[in-house]
Amino acid sequence: MTLNGWLQFLVYFVVLLVCIRPIGVYMMNIFNGKVDFLRPFESMLYRICGVHSTQEMEWREYTVAMLMFSVVSLILTYLIERTQQFLPWNPQHLGAVAPDLAWNTAVSFTTNTNWQAYTPESTMSYFTQMAALAYHNYFSAAVGIAVAIALVRGIARHETRLIGNFWVDITRTCLYLLLPICIVFSLILVSQGVVQNLHSYVTTQTLDHGTQIIAQGPVASQEAIKMLGTNGGGFFNANSSHPFENPTPLTNFLEMLSIFLIAGGLTVTLGRMTGSRGHGWAVFACMSILFVAGFVVTYWAESQPHPLLRGVDQRASILQSGGNMEGKEARFGVSESALFATLTTDASCGAVNSWHDSFTPMGGLIPLANIMLGEIVFGGVGSGLYGMLVYVVLAVFIAGLMVGRTPEYLGKKIDAFDVKMAMLYVLIFPVLILTFSAVSAVAPQMGLSSLTNHGPHGLSEVLYAFSSAAGNNGSAFAGLNANTHWYNISLGFAMLCGRFLMIVPTLALAGNFAQKKSAPISPGSFPVHSTLFTILLTGVILIVGALTFFPALSLGPVLEQLLLQHGTLFS
Amino acid sequence: MRTHLHIAIRFTLITTVIFGIIYPLTITAIAHFAMHDKANGQLMSRNGVIIGSRIIGQKFTSDIYFHGRPSAAGNGYDAANSGGSNLAPSNALLVEHIQSAVAAYQTQNPGQPVPIDLVTSSASGIDPDISPAAALYQVHTVAAARHIPQETVRKLVDAHIQGRQYGLLGEPRVNVLELNLALDALPH
Repeated sequence: MTLNGWLQFLVYFVVLLVCIRPIGVYMMNIFNGKVDFLRPFESMLYRICGVHSTQEMEWREYTVAMLMFSVVSLILTYLIERTQQFLPWNPQHLGAVAPDLAWNTAVSFTTNTNWQAYTPESTMSYFTQMAALAYHNYFSAAVGIAVAIALVRGIARHETRLIGNFWVDITRTCLYLLLPICIVFSLILVSQGVVQNLHSYVTTQTLDHGTQIIAQGPVASQEAIKMLGTNGGGFFNANSSHPFENPTPLTNFLEMLSIFLIAGGLTVTLGRMTGSRGHGWAVFACMSILFVAGFVVTYWAESQPHPLLRGVDQRASILQSGGNMEGKEARFGVSESALFATLTTDASCGAVNSWHDSFTPMGGLIPLANIMLGEIVFGGVGSGLYGMLVYVVLAVFIAGLMVGRTPEYLGKKIDAFDVKMAMLYVLIFPVLILTFSAVSAVAPQMGLSSLTNHGPHGLSEVLYAFSSAAGNNGSAFAGLNANTHWYNISLGFAMLCGRFLMIVPTLALAGNFAQKKSAPISPGSFPVHSTLFTILLTGVILIVGALTFFPALSLGPVLEQLLLQHGTLFS
Repeated sequence: MRTHLHIAIRFTLITTVIFGIIYPLTITAIAHFAMHDKANGQLMSRNGVIIGSRIIGQKFTSDIYFHGRPSAAGNGYDAANSGGSNLAPSNALLVEHIQSAVAAYQTQNPGQPVPIDLVTSSASGIDPDISPAAALYQVHTVAAARHIPQETVRKLVDAHIQGRQYGLLGEPRVNVLELNLALDALPH
């Protein structure tokens, strides 16, 4: 660990802090309709599509619209993948994507997961990357934000059944929030060296008498939305470690900033829209505590020397980053890799600038645990906030039980339906992860034959895959060969459930909250803007997470750490 | 329900054209005119032949060149098949790979510990950089193979150390291709 490493982290956090208020307020204005500089274009779009933009929906209709859009766009992506050989911008003449892989990828990008069971350079044409994959980078992010805003509206409103118009919400998110930022961001990326062209791959004669084929593509335009929308699906296999996706420390910093930008801003939007700014900051504080703790552990772990290496200089100095450099880039070193790994799993981003599979056992435990907590530490755009609000409902409920009062959240009584929906949300996640992991771990042909690493780390690979899929993260302990029938299909199923079985209870919560009466806040109400609330919320998250996943984690990374210190290797 | 299905179909098609085609093509056009070199991968030529990209690492095996990091991309430095080894620290194969790389380097510099980044594979498999420590470690070998004074090579390395960006971000590093091009350009 170096002073510079901590300083880079500090600068990151301060810049984030400065950015989230303006972006949060801007988002509120988007959804209040105050931002409308593209009004004529927007209206035209609604007219052509037949959207009645002034009519709001109740939660069931909102859900139906969301599902219809997801199904249609999923099918279109599948069709594009299957027919890419006939479509333009395919200079490498790549053939159709295999059916199970095309299904897995279509699901993956529709659900904002961006799990990639393929090597993009040799699988996806430029057209597929742009029109199918980058498209979903926009709209899966927009769906997440729309659902979060619908939930916040439900909390903020009272005695109504309406929570907004789905089509309007996703359109406005894309037009006013994502598109303007991405245009600027992608051009900054190009100025640093991220490529943006439609040429075929370049063959070069290397200095030392070899040849090298260098992949190209429209990378910057996709990279921007990949990060900003917490999607994470790399244009290249190496994702954000590839010098054409992330060429300099500045691009790395901006990519990391864009992971938390919207999710951080949404805590401000929450505070403003519900009229309790303090509540937004209390939620922000809880997220920050978990974020900082995760980074500290990962950075510490990755800076440790490998106990079994001889004749290697692993110390940090002014001449080298030192620490665990396997699967990391020289320009980022240990600190920027540890920070990126923490961020990408706090959020449901899943982009990587280093390979988590090669992290030290404790360094790899944090990304895994971050996902298992539900990616609510800032989290994916929208999904992080609604996930966190489910935990808020639980925390308020538990606080109410402890003092023997009817639990209240911002003046609304929490009833049985709310708690049922919250528990449904919380339970779906471990059921998916643990069940599928257990099946894979006892099925040698289906599950275990895909492992690169054996022993406890092999279990970590499987756990990570299903956590990543169910959590719609998309990063991987990438030694696991996931392009098999079993993993393509089961992970695809986990992604679908992890997305939609969690959105539906969330929208149900939104609808139920919206129709409640709002009582004025009395001295007897539990204050949700206090330090006590932040501590309670953090506690509930950690206890739920620990109780659910500690046994599995202890058999994976924890056991690996103990054995490695003991000098045990696996082959 | 049917209304929303109809909306979904029209909406998906129209927005695919806007966000999936017009947006990336517009960015491509702007990048092409405003930042042509960067947008096309900073390709470098020597004597009319494209020898690589400034920011993509390539394979060096001769002693007259500085070597980059071990690569797990394809058969090594495959820039159309990027990726890392994904070997876990508890994997015997990882320790074996590192120790054999260490042994190879130590035949040139007996007893001197090898900088960690020089014996561990990078994340992209096409890492263009090595740490300054890893560059300095190879000065002796390269100078001997080229029959030039170590001091000359060391000065060249010093001149190619890129500091942290804005003095803060990232890690100090040496671009291996640029360093080797400068070596080749030294007067005999």
